[in-house]
Amino acid sequence: MKLYCLSGHPTLPCNVLKFKSTTVMLDCGLDMTSTLNFLPLPLVQSPRLSNLPGWSLKDGNAFLDKELKECSGHVFVDSVPEFCLPETELIDLSTVDVILISNYHCMMALPYITEHTGFTGTVYATEPTVQIGRLLMEELVNFIERVPKAQSASLWKNKDIQRLLPSPLKDAVEVSTWRRCYTMQEVNSALSKIQLVGYSQKIELFGAVQVTPLSSGYALGSSNWIIQSHYEKVSYVSGSSLLTTHPQPMDQASLKNSDVLILTGLTQIPTANPDGMVGEFCSNLALTVRNGGNVLVPCYPSGVIYDLLECLYQYIDSAGLSSIPFYFISPVANSSLEFSQIFAEWLCHNKQTKVYLPEPPFPHAELIQTNKLKHYPSIHGDFSNDFRQPCVVFTGHPSLRFGDVVHFMELWGKSSLNTVIFTEPDFSYLEALAPYQPLAMKCIYCPIDTRLNFIQVSKLLKEVQPLHVVCPEQYTQPPPAQSHRMDLMIDCQPPAMSYRRAEVLALPFKRRYEKIEIMPELADSLVPMEIKPGVSLATVSAVLHTKDNKHVLQPPPRPAQPTGGKKRKRASDDIPDCKVLKPLLSGSIPVDQFVQTLEKHGFSDIKVEDTAKGHIVLLQEAETLIQIEEDSTHIICDNDEMLRVRLRDLVLKFLQKF
Amino acid sequence: MPEIRVTPLGAGQDVGRSCILVSIAGKNVMLDCGMHMGFSDDRRFPDFSYITRSGRLTDFLDCVIISHFHLDHCGALPYFSEMVGYDGPIYMTQPTQAICPILLEDYRKIAVDKKGEANFFTSQMIKDCMKKVVAVHLHQTVQVDDELEIKAYYAGHVLGAAMFQIKVGSESVVYTGDYNMTPDRHLGAAWIDKCRPNLLITESTYATTIRDSKRCRERDFLKKVHETVERGGKVLIPVFALGRAQELCILLETFWERMDLKAPIYFSTGLTEKANHYYKLFIPWTNQKIRKTFVQRNMFEFKHIKAFDRAFADSPGPMVVFATPGMLHAGQSLQIFRKWAGNEKNMVIMPGYCVQGTVGHKILSGQRKLEMEGRQVLEVKMQVEYMSFSAHADAKGIMQLVGQAEPENVLLVHGEAKKMEFLKQKIEQEFRVSCYMPANGETVTLPTSPSIPVGVSLGLLKREMAQGLLPDAKKPRLLHGTLIMKDSNFRLVSSEQALKELGLAEHQLRFTCRVHLHDTRKEQETAVRVYSHLKSVLKDHCVQHLPDGSVTVESILIQAAAHSEDPGTKVLLVSWTYQDEELGSYLTSLLKKGLPQAS
Repeated sequence: MKLYCLSGHPTLPCNVLKFKSTTVMLDCGLDMTSTLNFLPLPLVQSPRLSNLPGWSLKDGNAFLDKELKECSGHVFVDSVPEFCLPETELIDLSTVDVILISNYHCMMALPYITEHTGFTGTVYATEPTVQIGRLLMEELVNFIERVPKAQSASLWKNKDIQRLLPSPLKDAVEVSTWRRCYTMQEVNSALSKIQLVGYSQKIELFGAVQVTPLSSGYALGSSNWIIQSHYEKVSYVSGSSLLTTHPQPMDQASLKNSDVLILTGLTQIPTANPDGMVGEFCSNLALTVRNGGNVLVPCYPSGVIYDLLECLYQYIDSAGLSSIPFYFISPVANSSLEFSQIFAEWLCHNKQTKVYLPEPPFPHAELIQTNKLKHYPSIHGDFSNDFRQPCVVFTGHPSLRFGDVVHFMELWGKSSLNTVIFTEPDFSYLEALAPYQPLAMKCIYCPIDTRLNFIQVSKLLKEVQPLHVVCPEQYTQPPPAQSHRMDLMIDCQPPAMSYRRAEVLALPFKRRYEKIEIMPELADSLVPMEIKPGVSLATVSAVLHTKDNKHVLQPPPRPAQPTGGKKRKRASDDIPDCKVLKPLLSGSIPVDQFVQTLEKHGFSDIKVEDTAKGHIVLLQEAETLIQIEEDSTHIICDNDEMLRVRLRDLVLKFLQKF
Repeated sequence: MPEIRVTPLGAGQDVGRSCILVSIAGKNVMLDCGMHMGFSDDRRFPDFSYITRSGRLTDFLDCVIISHFHLDHCGALPYFSEMVGYDGPIYMTQPTQAICPILLEDYRKIAVDKKGEANFFTSQMIKDCMKKVVAVHLHQTVQVDDELEIKAYYAGHVLGAAMFQIKVGSESVVYTGDYNMTPDRHLGAAWIDKCRPNLLITESTYATTIRDSKRCRERDFLKKVHETVERGGKVLIPVFALGRAQELCILLETFWERMDLKAPIYFSTGLTEKANHYYKLFIPWTNQKIRKTFVQRNMFEFKHIKAFDRAFADSPGPMVVFATPGMLHAGQSLQIFRKWAGNEKNMVIMPGYCVQGTVGHKILSGQRKLEMEGRQVLEVKMQVEYMSFSAHADAKGIMQLVGQAEPENVLLVHGEAKKMEFLKQKIEQEFRVSCYMPANGETVTLPTSPSIPVGVSLGLLKREMAQGLLPDAKKPRLLHGTLIMKDSNFRLVSSEQALKELGLAEHQLRFTCRVHLHDTRKEQETAVRVYSHLKSVLKDHCVQHLPDGSVTVESILIQAAAHSEDPGTKVLLVSWTYQDEELGSYLTSLLKKGLPQAS
């Protein structure tokens, strides 16, 4: 069993597991941090961005000044933003049988894999994962496509040139494989390959392996996966949460007894407490608005935003914010808000009970009804008419490189009254802000990452007791910025096996058994004998049938009746098939009893001699000699088949057959 | 001998009061717990005393499964769990769990408040009963206990309706509940995979009907409603609050919009709005089209359909009223019917099945003078139309489902005996499987022969499979091994491994036969002759001539020696182990015949 690691990003994994005869891809994460190296795509022409100076080498050579721009000491690529794909060369991706998706953030590379690698398999995901994943992709494509950019820079990617660039461009990995965003057509084609599954559904893959999604508690429809055969079990844990937010709680019990547990998608901010962050978010928001400033919240269109809106729903009246407009701007804002209300089965218990009343599970329905929350597809159109300040705007993209958020950064960046509050943990907020410097607006960092932290992980591992843990290398050492925090790493016995991008791990277990079905007719014919108390044995001679990776044992065919015809048999028909094995024998032969038996069967003139290891029984009349030792019997006789068979059967009476 | 036993307590050769007991591999499951619309005495509920004469139901039943929220499938549930007493798990889908208590409460109100029945279940009992419910998601495998598992499949029919697979080891039963094999305006079609159950228990409401195209029926329906409204008549459509009601509402709503009609459409009881809310929140359970478009337009927000007030029944002018219940056996639909029945301009459209004993059934069978309470006779002058909009599978659909699931046996419930008879024959002919149709209280017993799963050591399996790949694979290969049974752990291993595991030594049994040959040549030459002879006869075997002068056939050793007394005779010592018995015995007899003369 092998694990091919195609992504180096611990929260956006992409691994391929070869297990029995199947090839299973676990998640399809797309590393978007690469876009931080690019200039933002403004919706409205931005004089500031277009007037940034070109970058030149130390020696004054300015041949890259069309491609690279400088802003407050940082260098950015002036081009359509590109993404860092999972490795496509490590393994032939056309051999992947299935792709298992754990949550909607971990499927963003799907179109690259399913549309451009010869992939012909099936993708499995839950319904909310697919629906919300579609929204995330739709938003991304929309953000990029609505700001067509003539320029596509590629000179800087040349290895010899990249060496000369300043950090972080110099250290960016695999830039030659970075790709532009896919199209909506590719998204639709990729999503059409998905088959919907429910939690605890058992899905058979070619009769060899069974996969099952389990609730992971992190997002709507988010799953961990069990990949198992009858005797081996691999758990794939990706993006799980033990906090009570809106999704169904995590199913931990089903992860027990795993041979291997692959652990990815832990919290990216292990030192921040999500509850505390939400509190800070609310108080900073209120403070800014009370002072007449605007609040910008760069966010994804689904996920934490539901929880933030719920907090605000409870908070705004008490904080005296009821007259402040809240805007949610995204091409998929409406769909996201609507979809969140129909996935009752995937929600936590509290929200489910609301549906029984019947009431919408999320209170943002009420915020919309009372006009406190308004949503728009973009800043163009109705929004410009309704727009009132001060206000709170939720909009994407959290990288600050594309989407409506770019416009608000340009619009509000110059005033210290305004605040941008970062809640999404996927991007370093300092890097996100770099192309907007110098900024007057306040920046608050309240990352809300509800995924497992290291304390929860070690508790989980103690609880479910996997034989081996496999995880990204980042989790086996403290974060680089906090190298003294030995508590911020995975601690388990035996130590976790770690992987990095483009590595292949041989997973440490050996398959020993396989399930086989014994047909009832055969079972009836077996003769068990008790060898020790509680242990019985039966020798089995049966016909093996294997179909669709399932093995069945059927009774052996009856020996063919000798054909009555006078046809002459060919000599070769008599030659026995040496593959028909006789059972093994065990036991020992007590000489005295054996001799008695011989006598009873009409042998006379029997002589017994002792030897170093046993006895020799001589049948003088028949010129036959039988050597009997503890673990062997040797019958030496003349070529008298009748005699030999008689002696054989007498010997066998004393032995057990296996 | 293991067996599956099925006993309908209700719905055996009947429609209504669905309740079927299934015993499979020692587990007892009750499928549905319905009431009968045609009775208002003891017979309206299944006879639960049948299940166990003494002892608690909870001890006897491993679980109860409810297929959907119609009262003939769940109406007896609070009586069963709270009044008879059952504390085990009750499984149903989430929409069923949401809507079921509302219908039960409705039913209770009619029975207790309107009919004044005593000793009926209370509101509190409905609540307590619902606390025992465990929600099941589609396709989720629910482990009831270590051995018993159940799995729900989409059934169409009504919101949240499900078919259930009940499985223990390799034995399984599928119960369809009510289902619909054609998608309609708000629900999708039932679907099941090729799960090959030992038994498929299917409803057979429309066992003999093959319905014409749905489009025609819809056009007919709209035409009749339209004509009646045009001539100033009133249309009464008795429905159950949830299910067909939404389907017909969508139909009329779109028609009204397209034709720009002004006549009012009403929906009786306050349940409508609430009911529609459920549909909005359970969009994933509706059909593909609604799921795709719900963000733009939620089909369950009706513009033309308004809440009904009792006073409206007497207002003049045309109108269309949806009223509950659907079989005209009580409540508002019956009240309106009595008011409107006398006018030939009016029309009542029965869109679903009516069980015997209900007013609906009477007028559909042509009765025009009805005896009401207090010896009153009601003369029915209004037009009576029947239009099958029930979302049940028709004969074609039932056959289709049987084909999908590929069961070993079929058992019919929820239908009329005569019609079942017809379908039974058809199923037996077409699928060559046995088909049963037990009456209530009658038990069907099916012997099963489950295969026994054991663990086979991979080494043994691979060895055998490798041999299976040989060119003459047509010949069945015998796998030889030893089954070790320790407690309930069964493992099949090679005999060598079994010996090793049990700490036993192998006992080698060897034979050496002396074969006398007349040959004057030297021993070495005799050996060569033996070699070439065997080589030519045993083409498929490995025959070797070793440097020490001996000859081997597979693992059988042949040595030539001089005879101690007769120099013209050589002695061949043929030596083999018990495992090579057949070949060894064959060789001695072959050699005994002598060697061919050297040419």
